[in-house]
Amino acid sequence: MSEVVLELKGLSKAFGALVVTDRVDLDLRRGECHALIGPNGAGKSTLIHQISGLLKPDAGRIAFEGRDVTGLSQAERAVAGLGRSFQITSILPEFTVLDNVALAAQMRAGSSMRFFARADREEPLNRAAQEALNRVGLGDRAGIVAGELAYGEKRLVELAIAIAGKPRALLLDEPMAGMGRAESESLTETLLELKAQYPMLLIEHDMEAVFRLADRVSVLVAGAIVASGTPDEVRADPKARAAYLGDDHIEGAA
Amino acid sequence: MTSQADPQATTASPRAPLVIAGLLFAVLAAIPLLSELWGGAWLTSLAVRAMILAIVAISLDLLMGHGGMVSFGHSAFVAIGAYACGIMLTEGVYEMALILPVAIAAAGLFALASGAICLRTSGVSFIMITLAFGQMVYFALGSLAQYGADDGLTLWSGPDFLGTRWLNSDMGVYITVFAVLLGTWALVHRIVQSRFGRVLRAARQNPTRVASMGYSVFRYRLTAYVIAGIIAAIAGVLWATHAAFVSPSLGAWQRSGDLIVMVVLGGMATRNGALVGALFFILIEETLSAITHDWRLIFGPLLVLIALYARGGLVGLLDRIRGPA
Amino acid sequence: MSTTLILIQILNGLQLGVILFLIAAGLTLVFGVMGFINLAHGVQYMLGAYLAVALYGLTGSFLAALVLALPLALLLGLVLEFLVFRHLYDRDHLSQVLATFGVILFLNQLMKVIFGPASLSVPPPAFLDFSFTLVDGLLYPAYRVALIVAGLLVAVGLWLVITRTRVGMLIRAGATNPDMVSALGVNVRRLFLVVFGFGAMLAGFAGVMAAPIFSVEPGMGDNLLIVAFVVIIIGGAGSIRGAFVAALLVGLVDTLGRTLVTDGLRLIMDPSSANQIGPAIASMLIYVLMALVLFWRPEGLFAAKVSR
Repeated sequence: MSEVVLELKGLSKAFGALVVTDRVDLDLRRGECHALIGPNGAGKSTLIHQISGLLKPDAGRIAFEGRDVTGLSQAERAVAGLGRSFQITSILPEFTVLDNVALAAQMRAGSSMRFFARADREEPLNRAAQEALNRVGLGDRAGIVAGELAYGEKRLVELAIAIAGKPRALLLDEPMAGMGRAESESLTETLLELKAQYPMLLIEHDMEAVFRLADRVSVLVAGAIVASGTPDEVRADPKARAAYLGDDHIEGAA
Repeated sequence: MTSQADPQATTASPRAPLVIAGLLFAVLAAIPLLSELWGGAWLTSLAVRAMILAIVAISLDLLMGHGGMVSFGHSAFVAIGAYACGIMLTEGVYEMALILPVAIAAAGLFALASGAICLRTSGVSFIMITLAFGQMVYFALGSLAQYGADDGLTLWSGPDFLGTRWLNSDMGVYITVFAVLLGTWALVHRIVQSRFGRVLRAARQNPTRVASMGYSVFRYRLTAYVIAGIIAAIAGVLWATHAAFVSPSLGAWQRSGDLIVMVVLGGMATRNGALVGALFFILIEETLSAITHDWRLIFGPLLVLIALYARGGLVGLLDRIRGPA
Repeated sequence: MSTTLILIQILNGLQLGVILFLIAAGLTLVFGVMGFINLAHGVQYMLGAYLAVALYGLTGSFLAALVLALPLALLLGLVLEFLVFRHLYDRDHLSQVLATFGVILFLNQLMKVIFGPASLSVPPPAFLDFSFTLVDGLLYPAYRVALIVAGLLVAVGLWLVITRTRVGMLIRAGATNPDMVSALGVNVRRLFLVVFGFGAMLAGFAGVMAAPIFSVEPGMGDNLLIVAFVVIIIGGAGSIRGAFVAALLVGLVDTLGRTLVTDGLRLIMDPSSANQIGPAIASMLIYVLMALVLFWRPEGLFAAKVSR
């Protein structure tokens, strides 16, 4: 069994009386895609927010590459190598696509407390950004103002930003949300290629994509993990089938 | 469709802002000559005041326009710079090479301390907490009994400049203020386009995304806050030098309000918006008040019209007149 | 310091607090419900005071002036809403600041043109124009007590409107969750108009009531507006209860601070330094208070908005 990259132990969070994360244990190993599925409101995004540092858990620990990152800020975790995408498209709408991604690359290219040289003329940054855009299939859209892109293209900018930051693991929060069928399929291909390089924790509703990409699947219901295993094991797990409202999806994707 | 786009990102006609700036600076450079023919000292004094305010407005635009931090206490930094100069002159320190570092240090430290607190908030809370710090400075300066308290402090001698009397001549002050304005205009533009500026501008659009990329948004904003505060304090030193008088009213909230109005009026986060806004503000004030004592009856509705119909301020209006982008 | 002096300062503090509340009530609703930053709200207080001056001049009666001033203040508020503010609801805060700043310049100057730059005043109504013995040997003007009582009555009335009526329910809902109100099919524009006119009238009422004790002059609302903003930030935007508590708090802190801080400093430093620093610290107190509230409880003491 390969090395554990990311490990959650007893992670818990409640908003008032509403428990959104209920003693979750979860790990992500080198070279794998671990999919997290579950009905709407199960607490999947909340979990990603806690891993990426946007939300603070009430209890539990998060270890990344053997290091406890529970107390680190969002920015510090990104520096440590946790890259993420957002379920609700979160890009810089006024920047060009290239600038969006170049900014992510800038984080790995020495200090950003530089005040005089023009950042948009730094060729190494632009090259790195262009490379990331090429990998997600947006190579020809670099000069467009990001806010003017079509919806599906914005989703890809999300992904390009995440990989341009040279992450050591990716947290992908419904990368296919709102995409058409053809777009989803093409993104699935892209993610299959990326998987070799980046361990992925994937939240996705598109079951076809999940079962093509995932090496392991965990089912989250009401903040707690009710089933976990290989795609086949989970598909056969009665608890997962009973709990997960998308029963048909699971069947359909088989 | 570029109305909401970042002006730095779309360079449809990158020359036009430079032409406008070139014209403005040419006019400002010519004013000392013009004043020989018409207007005299009144004209140069007016231009010096306008240029000093433009320096402050440009620094505020770095915060407001590019950084998304609407400070309602920015004039406090002008007052800190002016008082640093005024107090040192009163205490017998005449050398600008000593005064300026003290003013910069004072403003920088105050910006660092107050900014660290203010930046825990955002939006309207940020506006109000910067107001609170501005008011604290205002009242603190008014309590300095040995330095004139509320009545202010008259400066009987201007500062020396590296041992010369350069800053004691109107022309010396004019050229210095002009140079600082030109430097500030160029510097802030460079900062905005730099790596630092790119992070700052990105954080205005989407701080969560910028944090998730690995940048501590707080650090970049605080740095911008300190830079803007220092620039405003340098303008304050120039103000004290020019006016030979400092008073707490330099830091009154009304002055901070004027500054916000200048930046919005000119057009936020544009190459020349703050510059145009400040110059226009002073020019309109002077010309209208020359026509009628009740010039505010015209200026007030003018501001309303600009707010209602000129999105993007005067610079945006100019762009649209030149042709749709 | 004697207890009688403290008593007087408390009354003066309440009096300032009540006026602040009347201004802040409208401001907090306009800001809380519509997200609209109305710098010109202080001008509406000034208009109330000038209406009192003009109408007193016409009628010779303070009460008549008060009764006539209220609908006129309402009308002026609606006119401003119609001409300027309604075009700014869906604009960014800075456009609102620019436009309402222009309105301030215009109306301050207009008052100067119409009434002159000198400060004016209105005598209090005859039946309240006396002082009574508060404690032995200490007289306090009856009008000022009446002002406090009137302000408290308005506060109670406002509380009843907000908690017991349908409009009040909508306003509360609007302050908590504006999207929901429009989703309910309520005419939001009309609700805004009601809130706006109402707020203008309250500020006008404050202006009328203040006319006999403060000097009526152009710009009289500007400083008070800033303090009213301090009040709504401390109280929590959109919360009438918060505005009430914070207004009295700010009124008392500001008034009592002016005497107590200097006296307190005298205990730890020489009198001349205390006299020098005391007033400055006293003036800062409300801003320090606001900064502390923003730091520890950014949503204010009584937040109306549900935190997300």
